[in-house]
Amino acid sequence: MELTGAEIAIRCLQEEGVEYVFGYPGGAVLFIYDALFNQDKVKHILVRHEQAAVHAADGYARSTDRVGVALVTSGPGLTNAVTGIATAYMDSTPLVVISGQVPTGAIGEDAFQEVDAVGITRPCVKHNFLVKDVKDIAQTIKKAFYLAKSGRPGPVLVDIPKDVSNHRTAFEYPASVTIRSYHPAGKGDSGQIGLAARMLLEAERPMVYAGGGVILSEASGQLAELVRTLGFPCTSTLMGLGGLPAGDRHFVGMLGMHGTYEANMAMQHCDVLLAVGARFDDRVIGNVAHFAQVPRKIIHIDIDPSSIAKRVKVDVPIVGDVKLVLDELLGVLRGGGRAPDAAALSSWWKQVEEWQAVGGGLRYKNSSEIIKPQFVIEKLHEITGGEAFVTSDVGQHQMWTAQYYKFDKPRRWITSGGLGTMGFGLPAAMGVQLAHPGATVACVTGEGSIQMNIQELSTCKQFRLPIKIVALNNGYLGMVRQWQEFFHGNRYSETYMDALPDFVGLAEAYGHVGMRIEKPADVEPALKEAFARKRDLVFMDFRTDPSENVYPMVPGGRGLSEIILAEDL
Amino acid sequence: MRHIISLLMENEAGALSRVAGLFSARGYNIESLSVAPTEDPTLSRMTIVTSGSDAVIEQINKQLNKLVDVAALIDLSEGEHLERELMLVKVRADDAARDEIKRSADIFRGRVIDESDSTCTIELTDTCARLDEFLRAIRRDLILETVRTGASGIGRGDRVLKL
Repeated sequence: MELTGAEIAIRCLQEEGVEYVFGYPGGAVLFIYDALFNQDKVKHILVRHEQAAVHAADGYARSTDRVGVALVTSGPGLTNAVTGIATAYMDSTPLVVISGQVPTGAIGEDAFQEVDAVGITRPCVKHNFLVKDVKDIAQTIKKAFYLAKSGRPGPVLVDIPKDVSNHRTAFEYPASVTIRSYHPAGKGDSGQIGLAARMLLEAERPMVYAGGGVILSEASGQLAELVRTLGFPCTSTLMGLGGLPAGDRHFVGMLGMHGTYEANMAMQHCDVLLAVGARFDDRVIGNVAHFAQVPRKIIHIDIDPSSIAKRVKVDVPIVGDVKLVLDELLGVLRGGGRAPDAAALSSWWKQVEEWQAVGGGLRYKNSSEIIKPQFVIEKLHEITGGEAFVTSDVGQHQMWTAQYYKFDKPRRWITSGGLGTMGFGLPAAMGVQLAHPGATVACVTGEGSIQMNIQELSTCKQFRLPIKIVALNNGYLGMVRQWQEFFHGNRYSETYMDALPDFVGLAEAYGHVGMRIEKPADVEPALKEAFARKRDLVFMDFRTDPSENVYPMVPGGRGLSEIILAEDL
Repeated sequence: MRHIISLLMENEAGALSRVAGLFSARGYNIESLSVAPTEDPTLSRMTIVTSGSDAVIEQINKQLNKLVDVAALIDLSEGEHLERELMLVKVRADDAARDEIKRSADIFRGRVIDESDSTCTIELTDTCARLDEFLRAIRRDLILETVRTGASGIGRGDRVLKL
């Protein structure tokens, strides 16, 4: 029996086991929506803005190790989705985004709602396709899922013109697909792994630096085993949090711009650095030249060869899947019967502990008068037992959450690290909540970020998503305000958020529960009450100290050891 | 340093823009780029002439390899290779200048492929550097048009780029 292109597209999603499609209908996808209407295997989540559709698919994917799927119409539907696609691209999230396109005969004629979707998204997708023949739809969608999930994951766009979605052909879903020009890395080179093992055992000041690749590769077990076997200190990037439990005694905290003093100092002064699924980006190692001043051997494991030796020179590159490489490395270490130099390691740990003492750990001065944002996150961790899925937006609240919510498990921390997309948190939380219906999902946000996709409160109502929104409302675009305080002579140019809405009233208008919390003493009772309301979305508007800054801080363009610590507290 | 990168890619709409877009997005130099289908019509062969530090060239190679449409890649300048570029030059050729132009063309093994009362068009195929030399060898004020294809490259001997 012949099916229309639209029916084929939906059948493909069924074959892929897709639970949810996040989308928004429009003219060019009418046939696809019609095909959706006639089945009930794939559930559609109607968002209120296409950016949110992609973020929701992204949250779904990040919290599950599955491919997220979004469906948008041509023109503005696609352009609205671009921020979401770029967000997923920067953080290597596997997504398939299907967009409608004007009919093939109208392409290039500046038709209504026409944009060059493939052209616009080209720099921010892993790959994209324009399907010009209905016979190619099944094969293309199969390829899209394969590309999205294999190798270094990423978003893949499939652009389907309206007429193609209405043409008919026989449907056959390919069982597998190969792409002759695409060969994702698998195992690492055994010679290189052997070399790495020797180098690690000979290290006197070793350091493990883990990134998002550990999470993507499902290698947190291997990472923990490696770190515990060797007894080395381990730090994590923002994207890697939860890869090694924050409570592990080898964990020295997040590194980078708002990393701990000890993590940054150890990163700077180690003699052998093992980088695992991380990419030495500017927010992590700061100034490259400054980082290179201290000689150290670098072993770099990454599935993407272009991530290796991009910003720093690498001595032992290992291209491969992090999990497979760590498995092999662990095998070599176990089989070798050698242990690291205990005396050297013990004096290195002593040094790390001294740095811990100098840095004073993550700290802030609590107050009984005004709510400190860090206090809210500490209480959030306590009340959720560290078990919540936590999404965030971008800014100070994101850094405080990364610092104070001690993530012990992978895929619990869902944040836009690479692109730094405000407006990510709430829609991402929707995807997370749908993927984990019984789980506690918190969206930590600010009064600036939340307004960038606040319309999704409506989606949350429609689909009964009991997300807990923890808004740290200090009335300022806090991170920008902090930079203005530090680097721009306290000239707070356009960072004061005047005319804020009454968030409690707003939440209620959308049919949710709103709470305003203004006193430190009310923080804990409010969180307890909110998280006890299992069926409700609760919007907690915490009025926090507007003068609070995120410490420690490595100023932009500076070296890791040029770190600013909290003022005397 | 100047590098000649040769690659095989899927002969599909948009493949060229992926390469061109990569160079502009990441700020890499691109001196010339030439592309055409091969004996296998599903594959195009592209020659890119670029320049940069060793680290930049390494990144260019890796980033190109990362493109899903790129099937195989070789940095020709890392080994023995041949490089050829085709150039068409139309020059103003009054009686006095015509002989001189033809002599220069002979020296550079070019040939005259079109002549009119006032012009003369020469075809030259050689390395990019030799074509540059030819342009320096003839009088600048006589040149009416220069059309160059950009370099094409191929490995010497057994050095083959094939799927």
